[in-house]
Amino acid sequence: MTQSFRLESGGLINRDKKISFKFNSKNYFGYEGDTLASALIANGVHLIGRSFKYHRPRGFFGAGVDEPYAIVQLYRNGETEPNVKATEQELFEGLEAKSVNCWPSVNFDVGAINNFLKIFLPAGFYYKTFMWPKSFWYKVYEPFIRKAAGLGTASIKHDKERYEHKYEYCDLLITGSGPSGLASAYSAAKNGAKVILAEDKSRFGGTLLTSEVNIGNQSGKEWADSIISELKEMPNVTVKNRSQVFGYYDHNMLVMSERLSDHLPKTKKFHPKQRLWYIRAKEVLISSGSIERPIVFGNNDTPGVMLSSAAKEYMKVYGVLVGKKPLVFTNNDSGYETAIEFKKNGINPIILDTRKEPQSEIIEEAKNMNIKIKNSHVVVAAQGYKKVKSADIAKISDNKEELGSIENIECDCICVSGFWTPTIHLASQSGNKTKFNGDIDAFVPGISKQNEKTLGAANGIYTLEETLKDSFEKGNLTSKKITNKENKFSFPNVVEKKSTVHDKFWCVPLPKGKNYKRFLDFQNDVAVSDIEIALKEGYRSIEHVKRYTTLGMATDQGKTSNLNGLQLVSKIENKVVPAVGHTTFRPPYTPVSIGAIVGREVGKHSKPTRKSPMHLWHEKNNAVFVDAGVWLRPRYYKRGEENLFEASKREAKNVRTNVGVCDVTTLGKIDIKGPDAAELLNRVYTNAWLKLPVGKARYGVMLREDGIVMDDGTTTRISENHYHMTTTTAQAANVLSHLEYYLQLVWPELNVNVVSSTEQWAGAAIAGPKSRNLLQKLFPNSDVSNEGLPFMGYMEADLFGIKARIFRISFSGELAYEVNVESDNGYFMWEKIIEFGEEFGIQPYGTEALSTLRIEMGHVAGSELDGRTIPYDNSLEGLLSKKKDFIGKRSLSRKAFAAQDRQKIVGVVPLDKKTSIPEGSHLVKDSNAPLPNPKLGYISASCWSVEHDNPFSLAILKDGKNMIGKKLFVMSPLKNKVIPVEIVSSHYVDPKGERVRS
Amino acid sequence: MLHIKCPHCGMRSQNEFSYGGDATVKRPELGKEISDQDWDNFVYNRKSLRGKHWELWQHLSGCRQWIKVYRDTATHEIFKTLKANEEIS
Repeated sequence: MTQSFRLESGGLINRDKKISFKFNSKNYFGYEGDTLASALIANGVHLIGRSFKYHRPRGFFGAGVDEPYAIVQLYRNGETEPNVKATEQELFEGLEAKSVNCWPSVNFDVGAINNFLKIFLPAGFYYKTFMWPKSFWYKVYEPFIRKAAGLGTASIKHDKERYEHKYEYCDLLITGSGPSGLASAYSAAKNGAKVILAEDKSRFGGTLLTSEVNIGNQSGKEWADSIISELKEMPNVTVKNRSQVFGYYDHNMLVMSERLSDHLPKTKKFHPKQRLWYIRAKEVLISSGSIERPIVFGNNDTPGVMLSSAAKEYMKVYGVLVGKKPLVFTNNDSGYETAIEFKKNGINPIILDTRKEPQSEIIEEAKNMNIKIKNSHVVVAAQGYKKVKSADIAKISDNKEELGSIENIECDCICVSGFWTPTIHLASQSGNKTKFNGDIDAFVPGISKQNEKTLGAANGIYTLEETLKDSFEKGNLTSKKITNKENKFSFPNVVEKKSTVHDKFWCVPLPKGKNYKRFLDFQNDVAVSDIEIALKEGYRSIEHVKRYTTLGMATDQGKTSNLNGLQLVSKIENKVVPAVGHTTFRPPYTPVSIGAIVGREVGKHSKPTRKSPMHLWHEKNNAVFVDAGVWLRPRYYKRGEENLFEASKREAKNVRTNVGVCDVTTLGKIDIKGPDAAELLNRVYTNAWLKLPVGKARYGVMLREDGIVMDDGTTTRISENHYHMTTTTAQAANVLSHLEYYLQLVWPELNVNVVSSTEQWAGAAIAGPKSRNLLQKLFPNSDVSNEGLPFMGYMEADLFGIKARIFRISFSGELAYEVNVESDNGYFMWEKIIEFGEEFGIQPYGTEALSTLRIEMGHVAGSELDGRTIPYDNSLEGLLSKKKDFIGKRSLSRKAFAAQDRQKIVGVVPLDKKTSIPEGSHLVKDSNAPLPNPKLGYISASCWSVEHDNPFSLAILKDGKNMIGKKLFVMSPLKNKVIPVEIVSSHYVDPKGERVRS
Repeated sequence: MLHIKCPHCGMRSQNEFSYGGDATVKRPELGKEISDQDWDNFVYNRKSLRGKHWELWQHLSGCRQWIKVYRDTATHEIFKTLKANEEIS
């Protein structure tokens, strides 16, 4: 297949290397260095998709990041990516792309009926029409709209690609490698500053690649190449292409996405596809250039209508003609440059200039080349459906309101130039209050808020010489402040053609009797008429107009539409543009892959996995694990075909009858040392701590200042000034911060040190009536009798040559001990416990059995200490010291906390002794009461009591104290269950607590 | 992301820190009588002001020290940071 729109020579592509690709299942070829867009245009493909709302045919509008139309579904190495801009996607061997938003095909699209029904789809159409009947929204309207509107399809497969994050610091970050970026980077680099220069395209140089200029006797491109190669050699400079700085955040942190592999058929082994850079820059020089803006006219969305700068870029960079009968429609000199380029390639363009008698060097050159120029002329409407076939043109009056007689001229493309809009997104994101520059009809950065300066075209400077001078100087001065070095540098001689002022003209009036759609936002199909409706309906704020009409809300974020939208609003409202203001620029400047944002933190890497030293043993012994925060804990140890329920029952029962062992390494542990340690504990815990003897443990509850229970646990006095505190697994980190807060800020006079020792100790809870027998075997040289090691006692002992700590504490309510050894010895300890426990029928038990044991004992845990309960609610009021003050005590005297009928923990048993009660269910008095049925309380934890062999739950119940013996109903609308229950004591097993002391 | 100068460690990224609220709040002395109103002011009532604010941060993933940071809540500008034992001036 021949490339009918490829020039014989020219461009920066490598014609020696052909690359084949597929578009909509058809084979084409292009050259190395092409974008998908340039290769398609070269092959004469001008229809690429359908528009968002009306499904009108869509072609190419730009040649880069500003592209609103050419959005494709990309297929690469077995993966697919939606909404890729064809103008940004570099061609690679085997690339496949498909049109989006069209069915059944781009050439014949059923949705295009919307185009003929467009009278029904004006601004706010969805808001007005699909509101009624309400029930239709989810079932009828929304699915239909979602199917009809929308762009590409995201893959639901796991993304196999790797994305990386990188943190970097630099003196100067320079965003863009056009003339201003290169000049400033060069002078800053020469001053020894650490510079990062980022370019979003694959080629460096920006407009230097396409403009006819001369710098120091070199062409623009040659000069750019020489600067870049010099910068690349410098150790203090990082030069990155395919890298878009898309966000400017607080304290001069910018984020850049580097596309390392998107241009390759396949990511290289061990390489990331993309890398996200978090760059903390001392100074930022914004050299992002400007984007040409369109002039609005009838049917200006027809394929073949495009920006004149894009047409020039396709010729100069890719050696591609966007048309062979071009019409250039311009209000400034830029259009002439495009026309001249056409002419040089043997094509005869016609220029329509809205100005009356413009004169400049460039215009002179065009005239000398015999290019046909029609002054005071406009394109009224493009004609043609899938491609421009001709244009209705007319003379326009000096006041730009009256059209002369309409003439139709044949053409195959219309290259539009409505002057240039500085790319101020990054400056605005940084907090810079932008200002309107009437000379260029656009906003430019105003006073900097952060350490940022804007250079060149991004700052509204449109001549090369001025840009270079300003940029060299700003690069020099900014870097000099940091490095205290200044490198003398002679400014190169610059040759460029002088241009004259642009015409403040942006929208062609409608001819009488015609109702052409004149589009502002090409991706979201927002036309002049839509804005008019919004204003008629009373929308005034530009932010509201934007949301109502969706102007500038598409994936291109209005890069080519915002200013024309503002012009229109200001015209209708009879205000100046700055009085209308612009909508807020927010990151990202251009779409960023979710993968790049997430980086390596996916799947197993999304958070660290913490494992106890005994983890391997659990794995070998069929443990089924559960996430407990970031820890993995055995939930139960599966035997044969057992399920969770059966296994946990077996394990819990074995603790009640024989002995069990549970890995409690995950419990938070804090080592507390210092002469004032007891005083700290006395202030932090609600009960008294000053008289705890050495070698004893005590249970304690700590509150927040607002009186809510924060955590509970036991703390043991290891020696005179040394304590070992345990916390719940979940609160370990918070409790440490809490202690540090009081020690550092509130009571700095206390001489105490706290440090986390959770990882330093491996812990095993040995629980059950036979636990002492086992302990005697494990520690034959220690007196672990009830007298030698009483309840809440502590001793240090020797476990076959290893130092161990034994705490006689119990969570299960049975006679129990916790043995701690240094983490490295955890596995050894565990194996010994299992080995010596065999004769007593030992079984390991997981968190499920652990829960069962504590629930039927009425011991509170995280589900009761849920940040909403005070000590009384958990029947912990006995632990509140009356003699001393402690954190949160004052709050407990608040009215609601002291109420007589306050909620309290109770036990709940189903009357039939069979039906399990779902956690989270509500307790109500009357199951048939009309809704909303008054809720008396809620089920906090449920289990199957192994002691009584029936279901048992804990609940927090209003006036729980006086409810024991009452009959209520448990209701779970979620599970559609109503269960008659009896309220009992929360201590369902061993209410006197005799076992732990036995 | 903010860049906070820890008085102990130097400039560090915000993600190493956790926020601790108003630094000017003083905990009432233990064991002292206090009215409901004063206690509520200590526990709950905060100004939530727009502008310069002395606040606490903890250098959680660093030296674990609580520090005082003088920050503009609207612009995020940080004017000064102090160690826990240094008085706000």
